[in-house]
This record gives sequence, structure tokens and C-alpha cells, in this order.
Amino acid sequence: MSQVITHDSEHDDHGPEQGKGFIGFAKRWLFTTNHKDIGTLYLFLALISFFVAGSMALVIRAELFQPGHLFVDPNFFNQMTTMHGLIMLFGVVMPAFTGMANWQIPLMIGAPDMALPRLNNWSFWLLPFAFTLLGSTMFHSGGGPNFGWTMYAPLSTKFAPPSTDFMIFAVHMMGISSIMGSINIIATILNMRAPGMTLMKMPMFVWTWLITAFLLIAIMPVLAGAVTMMLADRHFGTSFFEAAGGGDPILFQHVFWFFGHPEVYVLVLPAFGVISEIIPTFSRKPLFGYHFMVYATVSIAILSFVVWVHHMFTTGVPLGAELFFMYTTMLISVPTGIKVFNWVSTMFKGSMTFETPMLFAVAFVFLFTIGGFTGLMLALVPADYQYQDTYFVVGHFHYVLVPGVIFALQAATYYWLPKWTGHMYNERLGKWHFWLSVISVNLTFFPMHFLGLAGMPRRIPDYALQFANFNMVASIGAFMFGFSQLLFLYNIIATIRHGKKVDDQVWEGAHGLEWTLPSPPPYHSFTTPPVIQ
Amino acid sequence: MSKSHVKLVCGLMALVLGMFGFGFALVPIYNSLCKSLGINGKVYYQAGSYDESTAKNDEREIIVEFVATSNSSLPWVFYPKMNKIVIHPGKIAKLAFYAENQSNFPMTVQAIPSITPGIAAKYLKKTECFCFTQQTLNGHEAMDMPLLFHLDPELPANVKTITLSYTLYDVTDRYKATQ
Amino acid sequence: MLNRFRASRCVVALTAMLLSQMATAATDNWQLNMYKGVTPLSHDMYELHMIAMIICCIIGAAVFGVMIYSLIHHRKSKGHVPASFHDNTRLEIVWSIIPFLILVGLAIPATKVLIRMDDTAESDVTIKVIGSQWKWQYQYLDQGISYFSNLATPYAQIQNQEKKGQWYLLEVDKPLVLPVNRKIRFLVTSNDVIHSWWVPELGVKRDAIPGFMHEAWARIEKPGVYRGQCAELCGINHGFMPIVVQAVSDEEFNQWVSAQTKVADQYKADQNNAVVQAAMTHDELMTSGKAKYEQICIACHKVDGKGMPPTFPALKGSSIAVGKPISRHIALILQGVPGTAMQAYKDQLTDAEIAAIATYERNAWGNNTGDVVQPADVAAVRKGDIQQPKMVNKAQAGGLE
Repeated sequence: MSQVITHDSEHDDHGPEQGKGFIGFAKRWLFTTNHKDIGTLYLFLALISFFVAGSMALVIRAELFQPGHLFVDPNFFNQMTTMHGLIMLFGVVMPAFTGMANWQIPLMIGAPDMALPRLNNWSFWLLPFAFTLLGSTMFHSGGGPNFGWTMYAPLSTKFAPPSTDFMIFAVHMMGISSIMGSINIIATILNMRAPGMTLMKMPMFVWTWLITAFLLIAIMPVLAGAVTMMLADRHFGTSFFEAAGGGDPILFQHVFWFFGHPEVYVLVLPAFGVISEIIPTFSRKPLFGYHFMVYATVSIAILSFVVWVHHMFTTGVPLGAELFFMYTTMLISVPTGIKVFNWVSTMFKGSMTFETPMLFAVAFVFLFTIGGFTGLMLALVPADYQYQDTYFVVGHFHYVLVPGVIFALQAATYYWLPKWTGHMYNERLGKWHFWLSVISVNLTFFPMHFLGLAGMPRRIPDYALQFANFNMVASIGAFMFGFSQLLFLYNIIATIRHGKKVDDQVWEGAHGLEWTLPSPPPYHSFTTPPVIQ
Repeated sequence: MSKSHVKLVCGLMALVLGMFGFGFALVPIYNSLCKSLGINGKVYYQAGSYDESTAKNDEREIIVEFVATSNSSLPWVFYPKMNKIVIHPGKIAKLAFYAENQSNFPMTVQAIPSITPGIAAKYLKKTECFCFTQQTLNGHEAMDMPLLFHLDPELPANVKTITLSYTLYDVTDRYKATQ
Repeated sequence: MLNRFRASRCVVALTAMLLSQMATAATDNWQLNMYKGVTPLSHDMYELHMIAMIICCIIGAAVFGVMIYSLIHHRKSKGHVPASFHDNTRLEIVWSIIPFLILVGLAIPATKVLIRMDDTAESDVTIKVIGSQWKWQYQYLDQGISYFSNLATPYAQIQNQEKKGQWYLLEVDKPLVLPVNRKIRFLVTSNDVIHSWWVPELGVKRDAIPGFMHEAWARIEKPGVYRGQCAELCGINHGFMPIVVQAVSDEEFNQWVSAQTKVADQYKADQNNAVVQAAMTHDELMTSGKAKYEQICIACHKVDGKGMPPTFPALKGSSIAVGKPISRHIALILQGVPGTAMQAYKDQLTDAEIAAIATYERNAWGNNTGDVVQPADVAAVRKGDIQQPKMVNKAQAGGLE
């Protein structure tokens, strides 16, 4: 950075002047190495992707509103399901949590910035290019990827459209971004904590991100390997996944899910961290069982590496494997249960108020737990034979991802936006957003369990008449949910532009280093490390 | 103020590269695990000789069925000349699969075996099999392809029926590339 | 606000109780629960599902109960003063051990059923199931029967031009006929990509993996018609390749078997078929050709013949469909294009059906060649390719290359 300018702490958070007008604006956001700016960039990328992938979901639900061919043909439908999955995972949840990590981790550990600020900038700026590449595949001849975000071979190798190669490159770029970001986060957390902040004094959000970062470093290279093997099978005459050359399609599933299962914990662990920040604040009581929460999170992370075959129970894996993976999958519910019990114990005998972040956090505990229960049911192999690849699974993972992870993201946004912007959001609008979301999310995803039990498979654009009623309910819920998110968007923009000013503390029960800083914090905060008691 | 990050970052990068290599290593790991545990129905090729008289007497009668699949676009006829046999573990069985190239030009195929139940794969030992190599026939030629195997007497007691299935794949392009 | 919370939790709890009450689930439009099914395995799966669900409901009721109590009573607006406790190691250990024991309790019946599912010996009937894009093929290995089973729902119903039948998207032209009370063994594989053969009421789901064969078994205890669908994304028409199993008594099964045209040697095509094929009129060919095209060809080549190049070529204006020789067009349908999604239809369609499709393709969408392809023309192309083969002795054995 060539320009070093001092500010006083009341300076509005528009960062240093890089020159006037549009050039100044562009130079600031293209070249920033400031963790707050980069956090903001990630969050805006995630917000835009949320509405893009959300619209794709609405296309899907519109087509599924009634039996028969309504709006889109099956090939486009398959592209929608694939892109919805890829963008939600890689374009919404992961960048959003990375953005929150960027904003919050230095503030929470008393560091001036991330360990590797220039790498931080590059990690972000890879993403818009990656998503442009991914989005462009919809416009190639032959259409975009249409084989599900799980990309099973040989549907994704020998039988896939030409644009698949571009999707593979986009995945590589996203992977590199995640890996670089994770290295940065680990280096920051391990090396830059303020003196006196031992590991067991760190906020839970920081702990969960530390563990998530290690998970990402371990698994993203494996995904890179898997898609590289796909590329090789497609163009370089190899037969990793083709029986004709001595390969095996099931090998793809093993490699993919070795990545894929820890990946879902990458998505959810930061959400757990967020909830562990919010519930104590609004219960005015410390988090119950901090040590066990840390151990539970570590156990979940380690166990997540030995459960991947539970996505493959019907593929003909041998009995011994089915038994082993059934047991390990069931076992993961123990540390997850500990976390739920600890959150409930935090609330118990607290003194709760229900501002919007707390509403979303409480809904998380209820609804994520329901998702966890269906997950336990799915772990039982014989029962899984009837659930696998049906809407029961779709219901399960949407429960853990939408009223789970997305609610946690929205809770975190309401919770920290006042700190980041210095303005309070509109509480009335927040509550409307919450109630509309929680009702519609259940309307959308709960009937999916019934549909799966009644026999409806996944990834079909049209269905038999007996599935019509619940599909209609789900579609209505989906549209309600989708449009409710516009309230969230409006609230964010209105808050940034002209919300009511807030003080440092913002929330009565909040504890942590970030609440000792002004709202918004100065462009460079904790340039001298704080003192930790 | 902040410690140097170089050592940590180098260590993490090494972990990244290691995991990338691990992803690729999963390929041979998978193959060797399947082979040594005898799962996945893959039959590992053995072209050794086998002397039937050295086998211990095993009275069990095991049904072995033969199934052939060829991709519908492959202009070959492919079927086992016998659908099933009953053999004692240890004794050699011999049969043939008929293959005919119904096209007008030479083609090369590879037969890929699969055994079910998967655990039986380890115990089905072949001494001669057309699946060991690619087979080439000129247009409108046919042949009887041999299969010689025996069942290892270590075969678990609960396996009473074994199905040996072959899928025929066209590898003419691949074969031409190696010529 | 609180009441709404409670209300929504009550709804969930009530639904859970309702589910646990439902001993049998009717095939109705509001079906809530899994099929109990008609095989021993499907019963086992159902029971395991119910046990797991009830245990989850009980645990959920306990945890949510405590939470709801807190939400009501431990609020600042009620003046509740926050306690300061923040850990209790003994409690943590207790609520780690109790769930672990519950899991062990769940794992035991699950393990038992899983071991039972692995038993595939000594079956009475063996069916080879081959999945391809986008239909199933069934082969009765001992009886020498082999046929394809395609979706029978008319294209017009899918396009909302006609009222949908009761079994919309769950009906086929030739169902799989099986005897009751016999152990049936299914050998499942695929011709192209991964599919999955799933019939919920039989408790059978087995992925069809190209190059590999996997088995599953069922003993159907009640005659009836049982429907299922493909359960692994396999391309455009993944949702349009259903499964219909018709379970009948032993006598009916044997009658049905004897009435089927046997493949004389189950894998050998009938080479010297000298059946004289009646000529069809232009209108007959166009009508049945359009129907068959819409059933089989439309997924890739599309209703307007424009296809989706480069993967699925256009037929409208294509040199194959418009140019000569017509035998080239017929040969393409018969033999497919190896290495692409265009299958060989010689075993799936009769001469009359192929003639109709070719006639339709040559005259629709403005192709207007005026050509009429007769079944006899198709038979000639079929036969023209069949020659008596020369037996050679070339098979090589030895080590893997």
C-alpha cells in the first residue's frame, strides 16, 4: 500500500482516500488489503449470489408447482438444480462465512489485521472470476452442467456437455480461494492473538473458524484432485471412473464424498460459532460448557472424515463397510447433541430478550435439531435404503442448511451489522423478516419429508399425481421465503445508508473485544494490542 | 509484534500439497484395498497354473451363474455357452463365451468382470480368461472365448450362489492408438 | 409472539405423534409415512424407521420442552435475573453417555436387518435388471425372456394437452411380472450412466453401475402392482423411467412365461426371420411414428426436431433425415452411434416401429421428403448386416495388458 494516512477514531468508515471519484472508488476496492474492506467484499458477493441461486430455486419450485411440463424443459431443470447447489455452497455460504471471519476474527482476538493481507485480497478477487466462469457455462452450446452438484461419473464425464470443463476450472479457482483464505485464518488465529488471549479464552466463533480452516485445507485439495481426474477422463484418455479401462464410477463417489462430507461441516461449524456468540449475549449469561463446546467441535471435525460412505449406502458397498460407516455416522450425533444441550443450558435461567438476532438463533436451535434428527434416521442403513435419493434427503439437508446455516448467517448479519456500520437496523422489519422466513421455511421443507417417504425421488422435473399436494405447498412456501428475503436486503441497505447511530456496546449482554471498539470501528483497529484480563 | 508467519504458512502449504497428492493416491489405495479385502466384486487377474489334484476335498455344491452384458450400441453378440454350473470348490471348471463381431470392420473389445456377492471375488481364481486381454475380431468373425477357473476352498460357508458377470466394452480406438 | 412459537412447536409435535400412530400408510395424496410394503425386508425397514422416528420425537420433546419452558419463564421482561453458572462437567458426561447408549440401542436392530439384507443365496427366480438412458431392460435368465420397459404415459399428458391418467409417470408398456412367495434375486447393472432401481413397496433399491453387477433380493408376500422410479440422476429423462412390478400367483406367472416370445438362445437375435411384413399406409406410419417419436426420441431430438447441438444433433433439415440413401437413416436407428447417447434400437423396436419413426422423421418439421419407409425396408437393412460369421480361434488369455 503506497499511501498511509492517519485517521481519528470518529472517522466514517470509508477508508483512506485513494483519489477522487470513480477511480478512487475502484482503486480502493480492487487493491484493498484491509480485513474490514475484504470482509465487506465477501459479504456483498455472498448476498448477490444468494439472490442468484435463490432465483434458481424458485425456477425449480415453479416447475414443481404442479405435475406436467410447466415452464422449463428437463435439461434446463437439471441445470438449475446443479447450479443452485454449486452457487449456494460455494458462492453464498462459504464466502459469507469467510467475510464474517475477515471482519470478526481480527476484532475478536485483538489483532490489527489478518496475517497475510495481500493474500487476503487475492483470495477474494479470485471469486468473481470463478463465478463469472461458472455462470457463463449456462450460455455455452449444450448448456451448463446438468448432473447435480455431486457430479457423479460417468454422467459428468462421458455424458456431460462441453461446458463441464469450464465448471471444473471454476471449481479449481474457488478451491484455491478457500485454501488461501484458510491458511490466512489459521496464521492469524495462531500467531496474532493479543497477549493474554490463550486458545481457551478465544470466542467460539474464532474456535469454530480455526477448526473449519483446517478442514478446508484438508479437503479442498481432494476436490481439486477429483475434478482433475474428471477432466483427465474427459480429455486425456484416462479411465479413473470408467469400467471399460479398468476404472470404477464408485471411485469418484468415494473421492468426492471424502471431500463432500467434511465440506458440509465446513458449512455448519461457523454457524455453530455464530450461535454460540449470540445466545449468551441475549440470555445475559455466559456460554454453558465452553470447554466441552470446543472438544465437541473438534470431535465433529475429526469424525467428519470417517463417515463419507453414508452417501453411498445403496451403491453396493460391502456389509462391513456399511456397518462401520453406519456406526461412525450415528456417533457424530453425540458431540452435536452436546452442543445443542449446551445452547439450551445457556438459555436456561438466563434473562432473555428477543431481538432479531436472538429470534434467528432460537429458530436455529429448534430447526437445525430437527434436521439433525432426520440425519440420524438417514444413518440407519436399512431405513436409508428407502430414504436415499428421495425428497426425504432433500428435506433433511435443507433443514440443516436453510433454517440452520442461512438463519445463522442472517442472525450474524443482524448481530454485527450495527458494529460494522455504526447504524442500527430496523427492528420491526427484522422481526417481519424473521416470522415470514420461519413460517415459510417450514412450509417449504417439512412436506419434503412426507414426499420422500411416499416415494418421490430427487432431481425430477415432473412427478406422479399423488405427490402433487405437498409439492404445491412446498412451492408456495418457497416463493414466500424467497420474497421475504427482499426485506432482509432492504434492511441491510437502509441500515448502511441511514440507520440510527449506535454506541460501542450495541447489545446489553454482549462481551468480547469487538464490543470495546467504536461502532463502526476505525479503519485500522487494535494497532496496539489490547490488554486481556 | 506479530510472529513471523513463514514457518506456519510453509507447513500449511505442505499439508495442502500433501492432501492433493492424497486425493490422487486414493486411486491406487482404492484398487489395492479392493484387491486385498476382496470386495467390490473385482476379480484380480491370475494367470498362474493350478493343479487340481492338490486341492483338498470339498463336498459343497456351489452354483456359479454366468451373465453377459454388452452395450446395446456394440454390434457384437456375446453370451456364455452355459448359463450355470454346479461345482465343488477346488475343482477346475471350464466353459466358453461366444463372441461375434457383426459389423463389417475389425473391432477390439474388453470384457470387464464383476462378481456378486462381492466377498466371493477373492475366492474365484481364474487360470485362463478372455477378460485378461483385449480381444480383436475382424468383421463377421466369431469365436468361443475360454474361461478356466476354480473356487478356493476358503470360500465362506454362507456363499452358495455366485454370479460372474461380464460387460463388453468397445476399445477399438484405444487399441488402435497403441498400435 | 411467544404463542406463535409454542403453536408452531405444537404443530410439529402433533404431526410427529400422528406419524407414529399411522400403522399403515394408504397410497393417497397426503401420504405422510413410509410404505410398510409387501416383503420381509420392507417390513423391517419400516419398523426401523418407526423406532428411529419415535426415539427422535421423544428426545426432541424433552429438549424442546426445556427450551420452551426457558423461553417462557427466563425472560428479562418477566424480571428473571440471569444465573451465572456456566459449566458442569458431570452433566456434560451424563448427556454424552445417555445418547451414546440410545445409539447403541438403535444400532442393534439396524445391524440385524442389514445382515439379513445381505442374504442372497438360493433364490427361485433371477432377474437381470439393466438400466439405460432412459428405460429399464429385464431379463429372466432361467426362462430366456428379455424385454424393455418404457414409460407409457403419452407425451400429450406431460405437455398438459390431455388430462393426466391415474398412474401418470408411473406406468410402463411392459411391467416386470414376478411370482409371489418366491425368493427373487435381482442382478442390477447399467448400460451407460449410474441409475438406481427402486420399488419402495418391495424394499429394494440398488444402484445400477456400468461395468458392475450388484444383487438384491425380495420375497413378495402379496399379489398386486407395485410402482417405483429411477433413484439416481441419469440425465434428461431421469424422472421418466418408472418401474412397474406385477406380482402374481405361481400359475399365472408360469402362464405368462409361456406366452412370452422367447429369445431362442437368450442372447442371440433371431437372424433368419422370414416373416412377411405387411405394408403400412402413409397415414398409419406418420401417426404411429409421431407417437413413437414422442415416446422415445423426443428427449434428445426435441419435439421440433431441432435437438440440442452439438450433443444431440438436429433432425430437422439434417442430411440423414432428408438425404439418401434411406438405408443409412434406418441403419442409424438400428445400430445407434457407438460412443454417444444414441443407442441401438434394433433390440428395442420392431421393424414396423422403426419404419414409422423413420417415415415421421423424413416428413415432419418441413423435411417433407415424401419418403415412405416400410417395415420390409427395415427388415432388409437388419438382415443385410447379418451374415453367417466365420469361426476363428483367436481368443487370447494371459496377463492383463
